[in-house]
Amino acid sequence: MTRYIFWTIIGCGIVTVLSRTFPFLLVKNFSLPKWLIHFLSFVPIAIMTALFVENLLIPHQGRLPGIDLENLLASLPAILTAIITKSLLAIVVVGIIAMALIRFFALA
Amino acid sequence: MNSELSVKSGLHDVIPTTFGYIGVGLAFGIVSRTSHLSLLAILLMSLVVYAGSAQFVITSMLLAGSPISAIIFSTFLVNARMILMSTTIAQYFRRYSSLANIGVGSLLTDETFALGMNKLNYTDHQLNLRWFNTTNIVAYLVWAAASITGALIGNLVTDPKKLGLDFALVAMFIGLLYLQLISDRSKKLLTQLTVVIFVVVALYILLIFMSANAALLVATLLGCIFGVVIER
Repeated sequence: MTRYIFWTIIGCGIVTVLSRTFPFLLVKNFSLPKWLIHFLSFVPIAIMTALFVENLLIPHQGRLPGIDLENLLASLPAILTAIITKSLLAIVVVGIIAMALIRFFALA
Repeated sequence: MNSELSVKSGLHDVIPTTFGYIGVGLAFGIVSRTSHLSLLAILLMSLVVYAGSAQFVITSMLLAGSPISAIIFSTFLVNARMILMSTTIAQYFRRYSSLANIGVGSLLTDETFALGMNKLNYTDHQLNLRWFNTTNIVAYLVWAAASITGALIGNLVTDPKKLGLDFALVAMFIGLLYLQLISDRSKKLLTQLTVVIFVVVALYILLIFMSANAALLVATLLGCIFGVVIER
C-alpha cells in the first residue's frame, strides 16, 4: 500500500467518523430546540424514500433522469412482500430472487 | 421485530440487513481488487471508512490519481447525510456517557439508523446501548468480512450482479420504509405519504441539476421542511 493510499484512507476515515460522532456529542450536551426536533422527526421517512428512489433513477446531467427498469421491476415483488409479510428478511430474500430472475431472463 | 432491547433481539433484528452488507461488500471487494488495491488497503478502508457508497467513490478517485484533499472532500459530501441521521438518533442516547455516544455514532450506518428508527415504534420510543451496539457491531464485522471475501474471489467472479445480491440494499430500503410508514403512529399516515411523494418528486427534479449524492441530501432536507410545514 502506498503512502498516498494509506493517508487517503485515514483522512476519509477521520471526516466520516466526525460526521457520525460530532452530532452525538452536540445533542448530549445541548438541548435541541423544539422546531429542530420536529424537523428531524421527518428524517427517517424522507431519507429512506430518497435512498430507495435514488436506486430507481438514472441521472443525466442537464435533463430529466431515466428509469432503472431492472430495479423498478424487482421492487414490485419486494413491495408486495412487504405488504403481505411485514418481514424484512422475506422482503430482502424475495427481492434478491426477483432480481436474479430478471437478469437471468434479461427481462429489463 | 418486538419490544425487547436485548443482545438476542439485536442479532435477530439485524439479520435481514446483513444480506445487504454481504451483497454490497462483495461487490466493493471485487471492484477495488480489479482497481488494483491491495487486500490490506481494501480491509483498512472497510474498517476505517466503513461507508458503502463513499468507498466506491474513494476507490475510483484513487484509481484516477485525484489529490487527497479532493477525495476527502468528496467523502465528506457523500457522507454528509450521516450528520442528519446521527443528530436524529443521538436524542435517544443522551443518558449515556460521551464515550458510549461516540461508540454508537462511530458505527452508525444508513441501515442501522433505519433499523433503530423502526425499533422505536415497538419499544415505546426507547433505545439502549446493548441492542444498538449489537446491530452496529454485527453490521461492521459482516461488512469487513464481505469486502475481504470479495477481494479474495475478485478474480473468479466476473459478474456478481448475476446473483441479484446487489438488490438486497434496495429491497431493504423498501422494507424499512414500508415498516416505518405503517408503524410510526406519531404521525398521520396521510402526512407521511405526502412527504414520501414530495421527496420522490424533489429527487426527480433535483437530479437534473446536481449529483446523486447532493440531490439525496437536498431532497431529504426539503422533505423534512415540507413535513414540518404541512403538519402545522
